[in-house]
Amino acid sequence: MEAIVEKKYTYRDFESDQEVRWCPGCDDYVILRSMQKALPEMGVKREDVVFISGIGCSSRFPYYMNTYGMHTIHGRAPGIATGVKLANPDLSVWIMTGDGDAMAIGGNHFIHVLRRNIDLNIVLFNNEIYGLTKGQFSPTSLVGQKTKSSPYGNTQPPFSPGELALGANARFFARIGGNVPKDISQILIEAHKFKGTSLIEVLQNCVIFNDGCYSNVTGKDVKEDKQIFLEHGKPMIFGKNRDKGLVLNKLKLEVVTIGENGITEADILVHDAKEKDPTLHQMLVRLKYPLATGIIRSFDDVTFEEREDALTKQVKANSKFTKTNDLFYSGEIYMVK
Amino acid sequence: MLTEKVKIQPEVLEAVVIRFVGDSGDGMQLTGTQFSDTSAMFGNDIATFPNYPSEIRAPQGSLYGVSGFQVHIGSVEVSTPGDNLDLLVAMNPAGLKTNLYALKPGHTIIVDSDAFTKKNLEKAQYETNPLEDHSLDNYRVIQVDMTSLTKEALKDVEGLDNKAITRSKNMFALGMVYWMYGRAKEHTIDFFNKKFKTKPHLIEANTKVLNAGYYFAETLELIPNAYTISPAKMASGTYRVIMGNTATAWGFLAAAEKSGLELFLGSYPITPATDILHELVKHKHFGVKAFQAEDEIAGIASAIGASFAGDLAITTTSGPGLALKGEALGLAMTMELPLVVVNVQRGGPSTGLPTKTEQSDLMQAMYGRNGESPVIVIAASTPANCFDFAFQAAKLALEHMTPVILLTDGYIANGSAPWKIQSVDQLPEIKNNITKEAVENWHPYTRNEKTLARNWAIPGTPGLEHRVGGLEKDSITGNVNQAPENHEKMTYLRAEKVKRVQNYIPEIKTEFADSGDLLVIGWGGTYGSLHSAVKQINQEGYKSIGFAHFNYINPLPKNTKELLSRFKKILVCELNNGQFANVLRMNFSGFEFLQFNKVQGLPFGNNELIDEFKKLVK
Repeated sequence: MEAIVEKKYTYRDFESDQEVRWCPGCDDYVILRSMQKALPEMGVKREDVVFISGIGCSSRFPYYMNTYGMHTIHGRAPGIATGVKLANPDLSVWIMTGDGDAMAIGGNHFIHVLRRNIDLNIVLFNNEIYGLTKGQFSPTSLVGQKTKSSPYGNTQPPFSPGELALGANARFFARIGGNVPKDISQILIEAHKFKGTSLIEVLQNCVIFNDGCYSNVTGKDVKEDKQIFLEHGKPMIFGKNRDKGLVLNKLKLEVVTIGENGITEADILVHDAKEKDPTLHQMLVRLKYPLATGIIRSFDDVTFEEREDALTKQVKANSKFTKTNDLFYSGEIYMVK
Repeated sequence: MLTEKVKIQPEVLEAVVIRFVGDSGDGMQLTGTQFSDTSAMFGNDIATFPNYPSEIRAPQGSLYGVSGFQVHIGSVEVSTPGDNLDLLVAMNPAGLKTNLYALKPGHTIIVDSDAFTKKNLEKAQYETNPLEDHSLDNYRVIQVDMTSLTKEALKDVEGLDNKAITRSKNMFALGMVYWMYGRAKEHTIDFFNKKFKTKPHLIEANTKVLNAGYYFAETLELIPNAYTISPAKMASGTYRVIMGNTATAWGFLAAAEKSGLELFLGSYPITPATDILHELVKHKHFGVKAFQAEDEIAGIASAIGASFAGDLAITTTSGPGLALKGEALGLAMTMELPLVVVNVQRGGPSTGLPTKTEQSDLMQAMYGRNGESPVIVIAASTPANCFDFAFQAAKLALEHMTPVILLTDGYIANGSAPWKIQSVDQLPEIKNNITKEAVENWHPYTRNEKTLARNWAIPGTPGLEHRVGGLEKDSITGNVNQAPENHEKMTYLRAEKVKRVQNYIPEIKTEFADSGDLLVIGWGGTYGSLHSAVKQINQEGYKSIGFAHFNYINPLPKNTKELLSRFKKILVCELNNGQFANVLRMNFSGFEFLQFNKVQGLPFGNNELIDEFKKLVK
């Protein structure tokens, strides 16, 4: 547990002296500012915060944060962050990654870090394109998408980060648009509070190579009708008029209209993010209309470092070794005169 | 039962080489380990060489499924497992066929004659039974119906199935050899008591069979107790028998205690390095954090993270794993973080020969990264000094803020030898570059003027928040700086930092001759073979042959050039195709470096080395 801070930070305390170099209009600026604004609310000391990234546009993030940080190599941030956290479990450790970094070259580390449930936070900037290498399709690009490396259309079906994550037994998964700073900040705070690996997928617009890829769901005029923002314990209602809701029809989620066909608010599913069984969370993740955002899953489970810590305490309590000499001179030793 | 009865006068031998061979499931590694441990406790010097197939249980009776364990015991200093055998214990025809070449003519073979069935002979591709066709007439063959005698010995023990009975016949062979060499059985009986604590019937069975073999050799007076080997003259002190990989693990435990840091290991299983992981994962009581990662890259990545957060961080692997770790190692190098990478070398390239030894990763260790990426490279040379060099690797990494590659190899990693126990309080100090004070104008790349090591500011320290990364950095602030002059400056700086380690490592010394006709050069795990060969040729009267063995490869010791200039000829002996010879050529022009190379996955033999030396010195 990080100590509660006495000094009150502002977002300015988390700005580094480095000039931010993303393209003008990029959602990355929104995420950066949302993070800088969320951190003072988390009650964590600045020196206890570590940002770790791999390679890609999103991975420049640590340079812009006045905290500890490492800009590492492509795809390997989860491994490096795991080492940081195991070395010092008191730190608040954040992995900043993109769809190429986490889903392609770092796919293996991505699933294993989620499986272990170490108390790390992963912010996945998903723009469905490779930006820093100037516009190739990524593992989340759509079939048919024309990019520099798929001029006739992409032929590789995409991953859904949420489905992959839940398949890897992720305990915390949230999805949020890249244009709603307050919601992003709030989810970052919740992710920080959550003990275990939390994954936040940000639907981040790339203004240069994939502009508008999410505008039909995240656009200001459509988002209330096209998204359902989930909150634990609240009914799954959406729409400008708050008249649409989700019900379970056999094995599928179905959109219904409150007030039609005898449907009342009582018929609408209530979101339980803390449920252990991920079946309904999986269905929500897969839903195309409306697109589920907010914290979809937040199941409290034992963390990897808690298991390790308990084991270490137990071994220490039962061991006769405290210094290496106890080991070196144990068992079968003999004297030569 | 016995083909002959030979009365040999008891004699005192200086050293004896014994090899136990059988199927990979026959327990030959256990038999050999028990014999060598018992001999060490008796005060002998020992050197061992396990040689086993990469298949866990290769098809029974097959030639490629033979597992062997060779042990050299002596009343004099023993530095190799030995070339030629005095005794071969063969549990089946395949073991006999694949190992007979090594037995000295006239010397002894003990075989389990029950195993020489038609089926086993066919599997071993024998057309006729070698026990009957006079092909072994030049040897002393002792045929023992070991399987039947083992069954007989166990007929009253309850709770044993046929498999358990057959599997304990290795203890019959061990009992016989114990009697032959005057060894006590108690160490092995203690071992049974511990190993089978909860299975008393197995303690009883193994003890019975061991005794049966021992008394079989004694009571029937079939084998004269011909050989006694008195204790070796070794430096006084407290000893234990240690395997190279264990010594490596313990060297890091000692370094962690000495430096006051916690030890972090990030690793992925790979032969023959995995035993270091197995060992370190046991020691949670010392606060060791041993993390088995999802792959080699995550292994080193987690170690880099732990290093950034202030642990003594290491990662262990073998050749193919080092290839995978290359990019991350370059990152640690450019972030100037302390890290030790252990490469227990095996036969390559690619998957190569996983269970065999080789020294062919030297160039990979030196240069196997993109860009100008110098790291410290050191190599252990005996099972016992794996401890010293693991300790030293940690010390250099922490004091110079750079990754260190520690090279060992399958031969010394799996070999065991007596280790004079080193108490941690007598080991040298380990300083570190940790900084805790936020002073004005502090920068992450502020350096120690002498070593050029940067300071180490650890997360959790207020006021020292900073960012590092793989992009080129400003030489002081550590901020991204890709300016041409800065990049060149940083490249030279990183090289100079490693070069200056020369000021902190010992000079290279010669043995046997300081100058003369021939300088024999080796590095790493070949020390025992080379030392023993040069010693022997020296005793034969060749006094102008010197021997220099390198443990420090990058940087090389300061006096290397001066040393080279004292000899007329230089012969670099390596278990590869000439990699260290090429390192020397790059560093020292004007010398001719002759090469003697062996790339068979096996250590050097004494005779082949001596023959080569004699060719070069009249």
